Amino acid sequence: MKRNVVICLLIALVLGGSLFAAGTAEQKPTGTQEMTVLEFWTWRPEDVDFYASQIAKFEAANPDITVVQTAHKNTEYNTILSASLSGGSGPDVFQGRAYGGLATFADSGFLEPLEQWMPELKNYSATALLGATSPTDGKIYGSPAVSQTVFMFYNKAIYKELGLSIPKTWNELIANFEAAEKAGYIGLGNGAKDGWTLETMLGGMGAGFYGGTEFYNAVVKGDKNFQDPAFITMVEKMKSLTKYMPDMYMGIGYEDMRSNFINELSPHLIAGSYEAAFFRSQNPDLDFDIFAVPGEKASDPAYVSVYADMNFAMNANSTKKDASIKFLKFLSSKEFGKAMVTDMKMVTSVPGVDASADPFIARVLELQKNATPYLFLVGFRYNQPTGSSLWQAAAQGIMAGTLTPAAAAKQIQDGIASYYKPFQK
Amino acid sequence: MDHDCLQQGTAMNQRTLIKTSWILLFITPALLVVGVFILLPLFMTLFNSLFSWNQLIRNEFIGLENFRRLLTMYPYSERFLNALQNNGTWFISTMLIQNSLGLLLGYLLSRNIPGAQAFKRIFFIPVLFSIVAVGFLWGIYLKPTGLLNNFLDLIGLDNLKRAWLGAEQLATPSLIMVNIWRWVGFPTLVFLAAIDGVPQECLEAAYLEGVSEWKLFWKIIFPLIIPAITIITVLTVIGSLNVFEQVYTMTGLDGAPNYSTDTIGTLFYRTAFGSVDAGSPEIGIGSAIGLIIYLLTFAISLVSIFFTKRKEVQL
Repeated sequence: MKRNVVICLLIALVLGGSLFAAGTAEQKPTGTQEMTVLEFWTWRPEDVDFYASQIAKFEAANPDITVVQTAHKNTEYNTILSASLSGGSGPDVFQGRAYGGLATFADSGFLEPLEQWMPELKNYSATALLGATSPTDGKIYGSPAVSQTVFMFYNKAIYKELGLSIPKTWNELIANFEAAEKAGYIGLGNGAKDGWTLETMLGGMGAGFYGGTEFYNAVVKGDKNFQDPAFITMVEKMKSLTKYMPDMYMGIGYEDMRSNFINELSPHLIAGSYEAAFFRSQNPDLDFDIFAVPGEKASDPAYVSVYADMNFAMNANSTKKDASIKFLKFLSSKEFGKAMVTDMKMVTSVPGVDASADPFIARVLELQKNATPYLFLVGFRYNQPTGSSLWQAAAQGIMAGTLTPAAAAKQIQDGIASYYKPFQK
Repeated sequence: MDHDCLQQGTAMNQRTLIKTSWILLFITPALLVVGVFILLPLFMTLFNSLFSWNQLIRNEFIGLENFRRLLTMYPYSERFLNALQNNGTWFISTMLIQNSLGLLLGYLLSRNIPGAQAFKRIFFIPVLFSIVAVGFLWGIYLKPTGLLNNFLDLIGLDNLKRAWLGAEQLATPSLIMVNIWRWVGFPTLVFLAAIDGVPQECLEAAYLEGVSEWKLFWKIIFPLIIPAITIITVLTVIGSLNVFEQVYTMTGLDGAPNYSTDTIGTLFYRTAFGSVDAGSPEIGIGSAIGLIIYLLTFAISLVSIFFTKRKEVQL
């Protein structure tokens, strides 16, 4: 009897399930458009809300497309993305790295060349497009999103308190460091534990000493190399800054150095334009501005290093290319570019966006009048060992005092010369 | 008669078949796991190491060229040797400090010192912690303004304050010390179990003979716990050659500062998969490193087993 009851209940359950399932299917209106679901990946978990709001705008204008955003941890992004793309899957549209990071995926055939899909790319600046172009075939594989600029952040309130002004020469800068130290502050908040922050430091203070774009062009052509006296002088100047850096600066990592500036322990920090939004979010009362590190003489150009930081790219194996292009075009629109400026405080690469509405961005653009390529990222991050990896390790040796500037320069030169044809002449 | 034999034979065959089927049923999942997750990746690694690569695409067969470049060409050879030396430092330090300490603690606990039961648990607790959490927390403790330097300040030893993870000479020793802190409970418990397993009559006979504690340990206990020492040695070899997570969480994938904490694990990962700030992947060379790690682990483990087994027989 019991068994019969159980069987009856099961039959009822199965039938009921089928009927409700059928009911659900019937409720779907006939004749509606097929929904296209796009996978969109970023390496910015901290910007999920920003992208969600932008995606909502896109979906409102394109009701037949749904965009699913996935944000991966920055440091794991490349590995996850390459594993997915190698496996023939992966997102339809995604944030892509620039320069060598882009070439990795483009040369592997994972990225769709975009020129035929997006003729508007020809309106972008040559600097922006360089970061989205594969040096192998010269095709454009990304829609340039933002550029970053490296310079000196300074605390205006502390400058006012100490009666300091923006330095016009290297000696004036050193005098400012000394005045800050004398007043109990850390002269320069930077540390050296994380090698990549020393590449940032090079970008912020080095170009004036090695000769800016002129040196960059010569070294890329192979007419000069990293054992050039000007480059070694720059390294010596950088080493001389350790006097003003925090105690045990070799143990000061990225988070600590940002904390030194945010918490007003130091009035100076050499860092990238990407930090501004973070500084404001962590300490809304922080009164800061930026300047370009001056050269020896006031008449020397005060360089800032600039690089394309991010592109939006399309998976070459995507089965939804039309929808992907619609989304890519949205990400390349002036509306989106404007949002990058106002919400993210980043310098958009989209042409025609009035970025000067934001005072910080306006100041960045002003400093970019003396822009020079971010040396190792722009020129030497295409093969292993990259110029960046060689510099970052050697710079740690220099700052710790275990490598002389000349030995470090040789280490970098030998490493790049192992594959870089212009250095093998 | 023949019919009976035939029936018996058939029944036996059936039993053998059923038995074989049962055996197959139980070992197939394990074989599949080993095959898919160990053997297949190993052969794929070997396969990949024999080809040239254009970024993520496999090109032509180049034989052992990736191995030649890794072992003879600058900067690969220098990085590889440096990483291998650091792995060697990990192995020697772990053997000398962690395992000796483990043996001492295991012995003391076996002598039922006051609080032995509590200490047993206390020593073992860090073993249960996630290595990533340990790396992250100790990374904070070892900052210039971290717990250790503050403690040194507190006890008046501020002249000993250092950038523990930032100084080339101190970074690897600091990582090793953290690993010892985390892991010492494991050899302690293994040695304790081994010492507890020493036949009581041997110990009693030695005591009756008036043998000192020192002699008792070296002449009776130590020879009888050689199998445990073999296990710990092999695990130390494997652990030292596979150091990765702690370096990754505490000093970064680049083995900073200036490659002083680089190990073949981080070198492999960096080379095979690239890193955000410093490079594109080189799958051919990365695979060659991966294969060498496997062969080294296998060979050194075998040598350790052979050496300690021989010692076991001698003693």
